[in-house]
Amino acid sequence: MSTAAATHAPATVRVRRLTLGRLLLHGCAALVTLFMLTPVYLIALAALSPSPALFDYPRALLPTSGLSLDNVRSFLSFGNVLPALRNSLIVGLLTVMLSLALGCPAGYSLARHWFRGRNVAQLLLVDVRAIPMVIISIPLLVTFIGWNLYDTVWSVALVHTAITLPLTVLITASVFLRVPAELEEAAMSLGTSRIGAVLRVVLPNSLPGLATAALFAFVTSWNEVFVAVILTLRNPTLPAAVVEQLETSPPGFRFAAGLCLTIPAFVFIFFMRPYLFSAFGVGGR
Amino acid sequence: MPYLLMAPAMLFLACFLFWPALEAFAVAFQTPSGTWSLANLQAVARDTDFGLSVRNTCLLLAMVIPLELAVALAMALLAQSRLRGRGFLLYVWSFPLAISDLAAGLVWLSIFTSHGYLNSAFQDLHVIQRPIGFLDYDNLPGLLLAVVMAETWRSMSLVMVVIMSGIQAIPAEIGEAAAILGAGAWKRFTKVTLPLLVPTLQVGLMLRTTMAVQVFAVVVALAGSGLPVLAIRTRTWAEARDPQMAAAYAVLLLMLSSLTTAAYLTFLRTPREVFQR
Repeated sequence: MSTAAATHAPATVRVRRLTLGRLLLHGCAALVTLFMLTPVYLIALAALSPSPALFDYPRALLPTSGLSLDNVRSFLSFGNVLPALRNSLIVGLLTVMLSLALGCPAGYSLARHWFRGRNVAQLLLVDVRAIPMVIISIPLLVTFIGWNLYDTVWSVALVHTAITLPLTVLITASVFLRVPAELEEAAMSLGTSRIGAVLRVVLPNSLPGLATAALFAFVTSWNEVFVAVILTLRNPTLPAAVVEQLETSPPGFRFAAGLCLTIPAFVFIFFMRPYLFSAFGVGGR
Repeated sequence: MPYLLMAPAMLFLACFLFWPALEAFAVAFQTPSGTWSLANLQAVARDTDFGLSVRNTCLLLAMVIPLELAVALAMALLAQSRLRGRGFLLYVWSFPLAISDLAAGLVWLSIFTSHGYLNSAFQDLHVIQRPIGFLDYDNLPGLLLAVVMAETWRSMSLVMVVIMSGIQAIPAEIGEAAAILGAGAWKRFTKVTLPLLVPTLQVGLMLRTTMAVQVFAVVVALAGSGLPVLAIRTRTWAEARDPQMAAAYAVLLLMLSSLTTAAYLTFLRTPREVFQR
């Protein structure tokens, strides 16, 4: 009996240590989650507090003074905020259309063809992310003034497309790779052309992936601040409009802006989640 | 045929990415009349906030990137171990990927203003007698703390996702083999996982250095003009319709980004030697 206890003892210790370790892991995970979510709770609390409560000190950490939509409402009705929101949506959609129109063919050629310079092209697409947007925005500002595109949605959309296009090509290439080339060949042997096969077989099979590529392009454009600030004056996008108002605006305005710019991310990421690794992991190995 | 499909995208990038990047150098190193000179860089060096903006950008780079790399590595390892509710955790941990640095700055503004939630919490706990002016224009440590927190909070998700994609690419057999040979969890991490992750970490570092050197809206939101950085000075000169000065600042920013990336990459070479030993 004593020998049995001796052989069992280390096993029990190991099990207990493992559960302790797992407890520790869960504790760390909870801490990180708390760190991620507390600021979101606080900006929501600040944005939804009645304006007078924002001047209390110490400010209540729980919504004890009630919630109100006053700040959000006055943010949305402020001067150019709604037109700026519309501009942001237009710029985002233009960016999506441009980067898909240019990116899909390039992605298709990367996925289906082996050609001289293919690796160079792929490396180039990965490495252009090292070019800071700040540096391209200054010469383009001069160019766009010359082309009469300064302060229009087009100038911002063109630069946003330049930012998103490399990623769009890489994502669409991985999407097209997942559609077996045999399907395309089968369709062609049944009498359709290459273009017909692409339109009627490849595209329908890659719609979810292409939707994700579109979402990535839209979110990149939606969140871009510097280029939009530089290239617009009276027709800013939403982030550019907020930046221009920051110095003169009351706290309630800034907190409402913060909340309105944060909440969509939870929707975006919900749909982007399954593709995060394939998109951001590109070139990671 | 493949070239025909590739051409539109490449032409577009040439026009709106590569060409402007080269043109920026031309603008920065030329006088308005078109002769090559260093006059713009000399003018930048005399600019009032030049020294401060270089110092602040460097300080932020030196603090944010190592901090978020360490936290993101820990997060990636945590997410890799089979935790309960892993899907939810990943969702929450990656949502900042879809917010702007402006949003991050405004979120943390609610925490760091003198009557904000951090001071309120300290006051409730009787840690302080009167509010601390974290964001006062002359409180450099306070301003840096606020910006570093907001930047790290926003961008460690990106580093985490990059690292996780790298970890998933490491064959599980290697770790199992090391375990059979008697390596403990810590040893497996430092001698197997980390060395194999070096290429991934390099990609993450390159991405993040490029982003961090352009730090802009988060600083504008938290510090206003209290913490000049290179991107803010670039904007100021662009809005003053002086493309030469703006381009000179932008070129400095690019040089700083390349230098920092090179420095981090050199620093990161150590684990590879460990691996070879």
